[in-house]
Amino acid sequence: MDAVILLTLTGLGLAALYFLVASGLSLVFGLADVLNFAHGLFLGVGAYATWWAAGNLPGAGSDGFGFVVAVAFGVAAGTLMAVLVELVLIRPLYSRTIEQVLVTVGLSLAGVALLQATWGADARPFPRPEWTRQVTTILGAQVPNGGLLLIVAAVLVLAAILAFLQWTRYGLIIRAGVENREMVTALGIDVRKAFTLVFAIGGAAAALAGALGSVYFGTVSPQQGGSLLIFAFIVVVIGGMGSVVGSAYAAVAVGLLQQFVNYYGTSGLGDICVVALLAVVLLLRPQGIAGKVATA
Amino acid sequence: MEPILAVQDLSVRIAGLHILQGVSFTVAPTGVTVLLGRNGVGKTTTLRALVGLTPRNGEVRGTVRMQTQTLLGQPTHRLVRGGLGYVPEDRCVFAGLTVAENLRLAERRGSTAAYDRVFALFPELQRRSRQRAGSLSGGQQQMLAIGRVLINDNRLLLVDEPTKGLAPKVVTEVAEVLARVAESVPVLLVEQNLAVVRRLARDAVVLAAGQVAWTGDAQRLLAETELTRSLLGVGSAEGHHTAPGSSHTAPGSHHAAPGSHHAAPGSGRKDGH
Repeated sequence: MDAVILLTLTGLGLAALYFLVASGLSLVFGLADVLNFAHGLFLGVGAYATWWAAGNLPGAGSDGFGFVVAVAFGVAAGTLMAVLVELVLIRPLYSRTIEQVLVTVGLSLAGVALLQATWGADARPFPRPEWTRQVTTILGAQVPNGGLLLIVAAVLVLAAILAFLQWTRYGLIIRAGVENREMVTALGIDVRKAFTLVFAIGGAAAALAGALGSVYFGTVSPQQGGSLLIFAFIVVVIGGMGSVVGSAYAAVAVGLLQQFVNYYGTSGLGDICVVALLAVVLLLRPQGIAGKVATA
Repeated sequence: MEPILAVQDLSVRIAGLHILQGVSFTVAPTGVTVLLGRNGVGKTTTLRALVGLTPRNGEVRGTVRMQTQTLLGQPTHRLVRGGLGYVPEDRCVFAGLTVAENLRLAERRGSTAAYDRVFALFPELQRRSRQRAGSLSGGQQQMLAIGRVLINDNRLLLVDEPTKGLAPKVVTEVAEVLARVAESVPVLLVEQNLAVVRRLARDAVVLAAGQVAWTGDAQRLLAETELTRSLLGVGSAEGHHTAPGSSHTAPGSHHAAPGSHHAAPGSGRKDGH
């Protein structure tokens, strides 16, 4: 019983991480039709900026309010990075899918190389508050606090994104644009501003995933973003392109499946099961759990 | 009267295909001008080119002026803000958004949204404002698509096949609404239903083989059965009585209408094509 609760909560922690990466990815693809392979870089930038800020930024630190400042700095860096990538590299290439893929893949490779060149290829210990190293006993299971922090953060981000989409003018534009971008422009709206905005939101969420994921793992490494990105893409496809809620459901499914199968089956089998789940969803419901239907 | 819209030598090539080849016509500053032609002749392509929605692999040439403003080459959102309202084929309402959200999306900063005007025309939309647009009937969706454009003041409306796929009773309703709309703003209409054309249109522009085959008085065109058949490939329209003295029109000859009262010099008259 303890094991089930522990696996559920660590699985949800993993799901939270996937969701934070996938939500932005999904919005960017849903609205702007951009497959952003550089999204993992935003995560890396967020993680390293948090790590750097904790050690070097005045006022920031590895504990208490200083840690909040460090994470805020990391999120700001990831957001800025995402906005710059959209404005400088993606914007001239809208509707040119192959060029976009080439540019974002190239950027992610170059970004990882740059992080390696600057701070080395090996994982570095991540400064984190003392309480995140400890565990909380929930119904007899000893759950790492870092994982609980991720879950809380993901729930808050989900609520914030949904509130933004539901209640603001730009949220309305994004929801409409995911359905039919051309018609949004035909109502007199410059939809490109919304593109920049979804990149910013996605960059912020990914950077937060980078910072809090590093807290959970206890280390930061240049490759972190890339490996998470693969599962985030799977989550986006299963959840449905452009649907934040779909991403949330899919993240939970993928996180739990992976955690349980890796524990009760052989290690690594969980990853294969995730890919199998992807195949099943693509066969039975190609638009994903909550995605827009391609022909509608 | 000065035309509201003057299209000069409009050519559109999409993926290597010449869809439009030097189309020229004008749209009168009042009433409904209908754009006619057989399927696939480029009517929708024309409207989309006017509002800047030609696909990226397409190439548009020519000049289009709305009064003093040059249209081609400008981004769609700017054209629409400049007073060019566009109601696309297949309505394109946002199915996942409510009726109210569909309308709110069309609101603009710095101008008052004319909800009273929209709800006066379509009281149904007010009653259903919280309903998802995707759950509306085809006719209601069309009303929403038109209402969405009427939230703002327009100088010209482009309306693409508003009665397509609708039940006969709803077709009549949509036609009545468009007639009322056209009292205050000029409309360039693409429409296949000749009964609707007869109800609404004052002027007609007929496209054939990517060019303008005929321009002139719409009622006169419909009155001449042979001409209608040769240009549009349809027989005498539903409920239509052939006007006396019209049967002498030579079949197959695409001729400029003598009664064409608004065409700019040299614009819409292409004899012998």
